[in-house]
Amino acid sequence: MSTKRAGEFLTGVDLRQEKVRNRVFHGLLVAASLFGLVMLVLLIADVIWESSQALITYDIDLWNFFTGTSSSRAPQAGFGASIIASFWLMALTAGLAFVIAVGCALYLVEYAPANRTTRLIEANLANLAGVPSIVYGLLVLALIVNDVGLGSVILAGAIALALLVMPIIIVASIESIRAVPSSVRDGAYAMGSTKWQTIRRVVLPQAMPGILTGTILALARAIGETAPLIMVGTMLHATRYPSGPFASFSAMPTQIYSWTYQADRMFNGLAALGIVVLLVFLTGMYVVAGYLRKRYETDGGSITNV
Amino acid sequence: MSTETHSGSGISGDDSLEAAHEKNRRVRQFLFGCAAITVVTTIAIFLVLFDNAAQYFFGARISEAVLEGDSFIRTITFTEFFTGTRWAPDHSTPAHGVLPIVWGTLAITIGAGLVSIPIGTATALYLSEYAKTETRNKLKPVLEVLAGIPTIVYGYFAVSFLTPVLVDGIATYLANPIGGTLDSNSHFAPFVLKPLAEALMGASVGRYSMLAGILVVGTMTIPMVSSISEDAMQSVPDELRNGAYALGATKYQVSLRIVLPAAVSGIFASYILALSRAIGETMAVTMAAGFNANLTANPFDEIMTMTAYLVSMARGTTAVGTIEYQSLFAVGLLLFLMTLMMNVINDWMKRRFQEEYR
Amino acid sequence: MSNHPSRERSAAESSDNKLIQTEVHADADSDQTNSSAKTVVRAEGLSVYYDDDRALNDVTIEIPEHRVTAMIGPSGCGKSTFLRSINRMNDRIPAASVEGELYFHGKNVYDDDVDPVALRRKIGQVFQAPNPFPKSIYDNVAYGLRVQGQADEVDLDSAVERALRGAALWDEVKDQLDESGLDLSGGQQQRLCIARAIATDPEVVLMDEPTSALDPVAASKIEDLIAELAEEYTVIIVTHNMQQAARISDRTAVFLTGGKLVEFDDTATVFEDPADDRVEDYITGKFG
Repeated sequence: MSTKRAGEFLTGVDLRQEKVRNRVFHGLLVAASLFGLVMLVLLIADVIWESSQALITYDIDLWNFFTGTSSSRAPQAGFGASIIASFWLMALTAGLAFVIAVGCALYLVEYAPANRTTRLIEANLANLAGVPSIVYGLLVLALIVNDVGLGSVILAGAIALALLVMPIIIVASIESIRAVPSSVRDGAYAMGSTKWQTIRRVVLPQAMPGILTGTILALARAIGETAPLIMVGTMLHATRYPSGPFASFSAMPTQIYSWTYQADRMFNGLAALGIVVLLVFLTGMYVVAGYLRKRYETDGGSITNV
Repeated sequence: MSTETHSGSGISGDDSLEAAHEKNRRVRQFLFGCAAITVVTTIAIFLVLFDNAAQYFFGARISEAVLEGDSFIRTITFTEFFTGTRWAPDHSTPAHGVLPIVWGTLAITIGAGLVSIPIGTATALYLSEYAKTETRNKLKPVLEVLAGIPTIVYGYFAVSFLTPVLVDGIATYLANPIGGTLDSNSHFAPFVLKPLAEALMGASVGRYSMLAGILVVGTMTIPMVSSISEDAMQSVPDELRNGAYALGATKYQVSLRIVLPAAVSGIFASYILALSRAIGETMAVTMAAGFNANLTANPFDEIMTMTAYLVSMARGTTAVGTIEYQSLFAVGLLLFLMTLMMNVINDWMKRRFQEEYR
Repeated sequence: MSNHPSRERSAAESSDNKLIQTEVHADADSDQTNSSAKTVVRAEGLSVYYDDDRALNDVTIEIPEHRVTAMIGPSGCGKSTFLRSINRMNDRIPAASVEGELYFHGKNVYDDDVDPVALRRKIGQVFQAPNPFPKSIYDNVAYGLRVQGQADEVDLDSAVERALRGAALWDEVKDQLDESGLDLSGGQQQRLCIARAIATDPEVVLMDEPTSALDPVAASKIEDLIAELAEEYTVIIVTHNMQQAARISDRTAVFLTGGKLVEFDDTATVFEDPADDRVEDYITGKFG
């Protein structure tokens, strides 16, 4: 039984320096964390400021902006053709990438044996995800635009973007397919389903929301990609509405890029407006993806194995 | 005495079942094909880049040499390419020394790393160990948004805000909006950096600068570092932390000595990912750091990265078969090999750290 | 062995403290004695290994048609493994290997020319935790018919109704067939799984601890159901609830540690007068 009083017991342990260090450290961490926030605020404020200034200073006709084509004369330049070009790109990219990506994911999760080939495919996936987007542009430029002779058309751009986003969709799909619990699969197999029957009727439907979410996020990445499209070859000004996959084009990000580098300051203002439009589309896509994710996460998706 | 029923047939299958099995087999082949396409893509990248780069170095594409019998002649030597210090393939007096743009890429990458690695790690530590749940719930979406912003928007941000602020200061910026920097003859009110630059380097800050590039690419890659590092930190089991806290350690000590080391493999992976991204970054860095292939150490100078070169060449009308066109693939191949190397390092580190922490 | 009500009383009145007081299942049709039923599933020296672990040790057993056969025993003694061997669901476990034979209607299901998928279409399985598909109730029950390609040949609506009635679920869900199967209560989900299993008119229904995840009320509904099911199908049920086995089964197999089949007889015999001392110890709760 100690006769020391509590106060005596705790003296001799000088925590002051520790406390100071802790506080300084904490402060540094907070400052660092705020850096990102500050930059984001500045960026958004800048975009809003520039675009609103442009609207005011140049008295831009919004109707023409949204529906008109671009032109070398700033007051007549519009963003409509670029918006449509981006839609075309997204549609083609999704079409090209989706089936192959989901197919690859299904193979890896459901069919692939544990052998070298499978490991090769998986290692390669990690590799593909790290390839700079501009390299895909180079690939398509040499192979599709020139060798095959397709030219600088939307389809070529879509191929480049599809290659770029495929790893994203594959990874999201693999995760979603894996998440389907084995109890549900067992139930299907026990009823005498073949593997494909089980996949088609039970696994895929349950994994689909996750797959779609991943696809939308992949498209959100694709819609803002500029470099691969520049390599494929875009028009300086989107002076025509694209007629189809074999039309030349300038999509939203590339048009923004051209406009930013025009001497006429009004074009710089249009660029700011274009960015606002691009960001609005992006936000929309993220909202849809977020909604899908939330809805299907809490929707009695699976029963845990007791 | 029980008797056994004997109608065993039926479990060997019948025609309709055979059809289902056949379908399963076909589907399997198709799905394997899909998976194979991903491998084919990598092979295609290698082949196409090598094929076209061969023309740059050896006067003929490999495919043309093979198919049409074009002969190889030495055009650009490796020595000239890898050790030359002037890069101007399209100039009237051309030079093919790739060092300046490789240096540009490295400078941006390392610089961006110096921004994103400390800030990203600190942010991750904060979110994982210090922040209250509500703060976390507010800060995480901010980082996700930061990660989702396209690089062209970052580029525009650099051009319209960062650089003018660096060059001219906020006052001028507000008085002269809409890409004010692009017309750099705007009246300027000296800000801290310009006089600083002049005093330190005897240089002036123009519309493009390495520093702006570093800032913008660094900011862009922060979310990569912070989110992956944070995941790694979160998965450090609480028992480890509790053990340390019970011994009377402060949060600072626990963070640095327990959590960080335990999460190190994930954290390093995030660094490599961020650096890899910085190497391949195109739009933002081009719009911030410029198009001038300078071999310089001055952060206020304009530089050109490998990706900036690729984009600038493609912006004009570069005819197929010209030396400039070929140079695209030589540079592209180099770029691809650099990111490939980063991937290999990443894989190696993952395996190495996994062994240690088994 | 004849059946009369006095048999039940004799169990209850038995002063033998070694035996549990239980209501032993009495077969109302005294003519159809257990021993005269035909065998539908027969195992011969069946052993199952998971890598090097022997989970099932040299099991030889004949399971009668149109009866409820229960498998009891302590955890981990191979009952579920044996069940899974019947419909070759063990094939889905890479580490599993099989020795010996298992005959279904006189054909060894492990022969090379046997298609496990075809086998499973003749055998239904109900799992411990209800696992309805995340589909509507209707689609859950119709699944087997659709997958087996019978959707065009039969009237799906009436097949679904028949199955749901057979699972004693029809009245509760007939107005909500389009709703998700996952919206049902645990007990209803299990009955849905039973309906799904019998919709394709299998010959044998395997049940792996079907009521252990359910509350007593739901469990007893399913127990009532099982006795009815035996009239049309053969039911093989794994349970570690001995009273349940005593209540509902005609024959009981007792597995003990190491995957050994220790006793297999009419349920009444197993519970009142088992041949093996170990079985008696198990039933009276000396271990288990």
